[in-house]
Amino acid sequence: MEFGIVWDSLPQLLNGALITIELTTISVLIGLCLAVPLSLMRVSTNPFFRMPAYGFIFYFRGTPLLIQIFLIYYGSGQFQELLSQIGLWTFFREAHFCAILSLTLNTAAYTAEILRGSIQAVPFGEIEAARAAGMSTGLQYRRIILPKAFRLAWPAYTNEVVFLLQATSLVSIITVMDITGVVRVIAARSFAFYELFITAALFYLGLVYGVLFLFRKVEFRLTRHRLDRITIVKKAPSGSVGLK
Amino acid sequence: MLNLNGYSWLLWQGTQLTILVGLFSMVIAIVLGLIGAWGKLVKAKIPRAAADSYTTVFRGIPELVLILLVYYGVPTVIQDLAKAVGREIIIDVNPFVAGVITIGFIYGAFSTEVFRGAYLAVPNGQIEAARSVGMSPARAFRRVILPQMWRYALPGLGNVWMVLIKATALISVIQLPELMRNADIAARATHLPFTWYFTASLIYLGITIASMLIQQRAEAWAAKGVRRS
Repeated sequence: MEFGIVWDSLPQLLNGALITIELTTISVLIGLCLAVPLSLMRVSTNPFFRMPAYGFIFYFRGTPLLIQIFLIYYGSGQFQELLSQIGLWTFFREAHFCAILSLTLNTAAYTAEILRGSIQAVPFGEIEAARAAGMSTGLQYRRIILPKAFRLAWPAYTNEVVFLLQATSLVSIITVMDITGVVRVIAARSFAFYELFITAALFYLGLVYGVLFLFRKVEFRLTRHRLDRITIVKKAPSGSVGLK
Repeated sequence: MLNLNGYSWLLWQGTQLTILVGLFSMVIAIVLGLIGAWGKLVKAKIPRAAADSYTTVFRGIPELVLILLVYYGVPTVIQDLAKAVGREIIIDVNPFVAGVITIGFIYGAFSTEVFRGAYLAVPNGQIEAARSVGMSPARAFRRVILPQMWRYALPGLGNVWMVLIKATALISVIQLPELMRNADIAARATHLPFTWYFTASLIYLGITIASMLIQQRAEAWAAKGVRRS
């Protein structure tokens, strides 16, 4: 057993961890920005909006991420001339760009589907009340439906972010040097396979628990109003005598 | 669009292997899921701690890392151990076995949660009634609880299956000639990467659609004793 190799390659591993965190953060943020309009299109009653969103979500949720990455990174080579003409080839040549693009599209599809579920789970009475108060559709979405939907979606969204963090390991296959990429290169050189892969696994476990910790904190904030109500209910019997 | 040049046979073989790998892994996942759910539900401490750490570890590590760990790491561990006792051995792991075991273990962790939820969803009175007519715990489980658990577990297991079949694409990394790997071979040979990967992605989509249809049937079968409202 050679755990010395792990110690020696710690700087590279930390660099890889930074790349993993960077890929996850960028894809999650852009993916969320894409997912909100996508989910709104998906719940639209107009088939002109609904069908493209449905097709996009269905394709990206129904096929493996690895194929999506290969389609964008290697598949773009088939259209090299066209892409050079419109000046996009410089982007598609870069593994890093292709990694972020495929991860973003993938997480956008999953997040849009989560948001669709929670938008449809908003109690109709709240929408009715908003309408009765004279809100326009846009205002209803901005003030009532979307905030509620985000709160409902949060636990499922936490899962999605954790899955995406783990899925970033696939970009090592197209030569991006994230944690898995670094470990694979060093392992191929030193033959210290299990020592390095176990280290990588521990890195990922640490990152996953970091994400879970952060998202629980946010969830705690998002559900503040409910916690308040619980504490008030609990306090009421001891504090007040003449309530009934 | 498709100029298949004799490589279509390769894709068909790959599809068969993908489904085979998926089914084998799913069987392992279901068995491990039932064992894991049992571990989480019993009062004894050791099975519970074992089940908890199993689901935590296997859901927290990327599939790719685990596949590489099993395929490259396990033989080296055994070789190192053999060297420690003064024996020189060389072990080759079959990619099929390594892939099926790894995917089965990962999705066993997910189906553990599915089965645990399904067990808890069976009303307690059913278990009490079964015990009160004199059934042993094992028989009550087999005759009363398990048949009802399927109804609650099937939607969750369907989800696990859909994710699992897509995860089998990762086994291509250790050169198992399944759908993804064969699409890769065809893409490199014909210099038409987009065509081949896109075709393969449509086959995965087809498997997903077929699975959804089968799942609907299976859910109807499991719920046949339930009065529809």
